[in-house]
Amino acid sequence: MSVTRAEKPKKTGPHPVDYAKAAINADLTTKQKLGFLADMLRIRRFEQASLKLYQQGKMGGFLHLYIGQESVAVGTIALMGEHDHVITAYRDHGHALGVGMSMNECMAELFGKATGCSKGKGGSMHFFAPDKNFWGGHGIVAGQTPLGLGIAYALKYQGLKGCCLTFLGDGAVNQGVYHESLNLASLWDIPVIYIIENNQYSMGTSQARSSAIKGCLAERAEGYNIDWDTVNGEDLYEVRAKTWEAMQRAHEKCRPTLLEIDTYRYYGHSVADANAKKYRSPEEIEFYKQNHDPITLWEKRLREEGILDDAGLKTIDDAAKKEAATAVQFAEDSPFPELEDIYSDIYYEVDLGTEAGQTGRHFFND
Amino acid sequence: MPVITYRQALNDALAEELERDEKVIVMGEEVAEYNGAYKITEGLWKRFGDKRVVDTPISEAGFIGLGVGAAMMGLRPVMELMFWSFAYVAYDQIINNAGCVRYMSGGLINCPLVIRGPSNGGTNVGATHSHTPENFLANTPGLKVVCPATPADAKGLMKAAIRDNDPVCFMENTLLYGEQGEVPEGDYVIPIGVADLKREGTDVSLIAHGRAVLTALAAAHRLHEEFNISAEVVDLRSIRPLDEETILASVRKTHRAVLVDENKPFCGVSAQIASLIQERAFDDLDAPVQRVCSLDAPAIYSPPLEALQLPTADRIIQKVLAIS
Repeated sequence: MSVTRAEKPKKTGPHPVDYAKAAINADLTTKQKLGFLADMLRIRRFEQASLKLYQQGKMGGFLHLYIGQESVAVGTIALMGEHDHVITAYRDHGHALGVGMSMNECMAELFGKATGCSKGKGGSMHFFAPDKNFWGGHGIVAGQTPLGLGIAYALKYQGLKGCCLTFLGDGAVNQGVYHESLNLASLWDIPVIYIIENNQYSMGTSQARSSAIKGCLAERAEGYNIDWDTVNGEDLYEVRAKTWEAMQRAHEKCRPTLLEIDTYRYYGHSVADANAKKYRSPEEIEFYKQNHDPITLWEKRLREEGILDDAGLKTIDDAAKKEAATAVQFAEDSPFPELEDIYSDIYYEVDLGTEAGQTGRHFFND
Repeated sequence: MPVITYRQALNDALAEELERDEKVIVMGEEVAEYNGAYKITEGLWKRFGDKRVVDTPISEAGFIGLGVGAAMMGLRPVMELMFWSFAYVAYDQIINNAGCVRYMSGGLINCPLVIRGPSNGGTNVGATHSHTPENFLANTPGLKVVCPATPADAKGLMKAAIRDNDPVCFMENTLLYGEQGEVPEGDYVIPIGVADLKREGTDVSLIAHGRAVLTALAAAHRLHEEFNISAEVVDLRSIRPLDEETILASVRKTHRAVLVDENKPFCGVSAQIASLIQERAFDDLDAPVQRVCSLDAPAIYSPPLEALQLPTADRIIQKVLAIS
C-alpha cells in the first residue's frame, strides 16, 4: 500500500464531503438503493458459485474473479442511458451482470456450453451483450482501450449524446496502446471515460513495482490535457457522483475523462494464481475484507438510512444465491456445442450465406 | 474502357464508396490534408471534408483499434497503413480484435473494417518497410486478405472489401500504383475469393498474387517467345478466401505448376498452394511443384541486390525449364 486513499491527489470538484448529497444521488429511491445492493450481491454470489465449480473442474481456462470490486461496476454502469456503452478487460463478470446479462448465459459460458452468452466460444474473459451496450470482455491487457475509443467515436460520428465507459486495471496503464488512446481521445474530443479499477496489483506485481508516477495513476492524464479524478471505490455514492460528472462532461462537452477508482480484489489475479497470498499478506486481504468491503459498507449505509434490516438483506441475498444456484443447474443441464459449431461465427458473410460468403474457400481443414 | 492507374482506380473506389454510404470513413496517417503519402486518397478530404476523411497521429495501434471499435458499432472505416509493415505495431488490434471478436462473441458482433496500404519489397527501404504479411494475416480465420495486381482488380476488390461485413486486409503495392490498365466504368465490384486467369496457356501454370502476377506474365511472354512454352498465369487476387477450383483446374490442364510469391518461402502463401495441389491434383502432375519466392533473408537495402531478392522472370523461367 504505497499511497493510501486519503493521501491520493484529487482533481475535479468541489464535492460534498458526503457524496450521498450529490445531485445524482440525492433523488435515489429506496428501490434503487436496494437495487444496487442486489446487483452487487448478484455478482458476488455468481462468482462464489463459479469459484466452487472451477475448483471442481467444471470449467477450463482462467477465472478472474471480481469479488471485492463490485461497487465499481454497479456504481458506474447503473448510470448508463440509452447511448452509453461499456467495454472492459478480462475481469468482466461484474460488468456483464451489471448491464443486466443473465446469470444463466454467463454461467453456461464458463462451462463452455452452447447456451452461453458466446455459445461457449469465448469463455470467462469474453462475455458480450451488444444489445445491452456491452462490448466485452477482452483478453489482452489494455487491448480494449482503443476499442472503447472507437465505440465513443462512432457515437459522436452519429450525433448521439452518449459515452463509452472503458474499464482497465492498474496493470494496463503501462501499455503503449492505452497512451495512444488517451492522446486520440483528447486530440479528437471523444466522449470516452477511462476508468482504472486500481486493485493495487497487476497480477503479482504491486503498483509501486510497476508504475512510475508522482501522485497517482490518473494524474498522467495531465500530460494529455484530460480531466481526471481519483475515487474511493468502496463508497458507491462517490463512485456514482464522480462517474456522473465524467459522463456529463462526455455528453455535454464531448470531452474524455480519466478516473482512477481505488478498489481491492480478494482473490488472486485468477484462480490459477498460485502466489495469490505470497505477494501480499493474508493480513492485508483480511484487513480489506473487514474494513473496506463495498457490499458490507453499502449494507451498513442502507441500515443507517433506515431502509434495510436483517430480513430485507436476507431476502435480497437469498434471491442472488437462488439465481446463482439456478444458473449452475442451467449450465450443468445445457449441451456443449457440436463439433460443426467450431466453424460458425467466424465470418458474417459465411454465417448468413450471402453472395460474398460463397466465393472461395474460407476454411482450410483436412 | 478508360485506361487509368492502379492509384486512380483505388481513389475512384474510395470516392464512390464514400459517396454511396455515409458510414464509410477514410482514416490514416496523412490521408487527408497531405492527400495521402502515396496519393491514393488525393482530393478526398477536399471533397468529403473532415468528418469523412481523417488524419491520424502516428499511432497505428491506437487508430486501428479505434477503427475496430467504430466498426463494431456499425461504421465502415477504411484505415490506411502507410505500409503494411507498420501493421506489426497493431497486431493485437488486427488479429485479436478485428479477427476474433465475431467468434468470441458467438456471432453477436461483426467488424466491417478495411485495412489497406502497400505491402511490398523492391523499393530499397530496408527490411522494416518491406514486409509482405499476407501469409501471417491469412493464417487468422476471421480475416480476409486481398492482393490485387491490376487497376481493374484494385477498384473492383476495394469496393467489395468496403461492402463486406467482415474485416478485410487489403494489400497494395507501391510499385503498382503507377501501373496503367483498363478499368470498367460504373459500379464495378469483383467478388472476393474469385481468382482470375490473366493469361491462358497449356504447358505450365504460373500461380501468383500481387505484383508477382506481373512478373509471371513477363516470364510467360518470354517462355513463349524464346522457348515456345505456353504458360498460363493464374492470379489468386484473394488469399483468404481462396479460389482453389481455379488453381486446380489450371493444374489439371497444364500438369505443371510454378508458384510465384513475393512472400518468403517458409510458410508463405505458395506453401499453402503447394499443399493444395499435391493433395488434390497429385495424379495430374507431370513434375514436382516448384516455387519462386523472395530469397529467404530480411529485405536487403542494396538496390541491385534487392531486385534479385524478389522473384524475377529469369528465376521463373529457370524453374519452368527445369520441369519441362
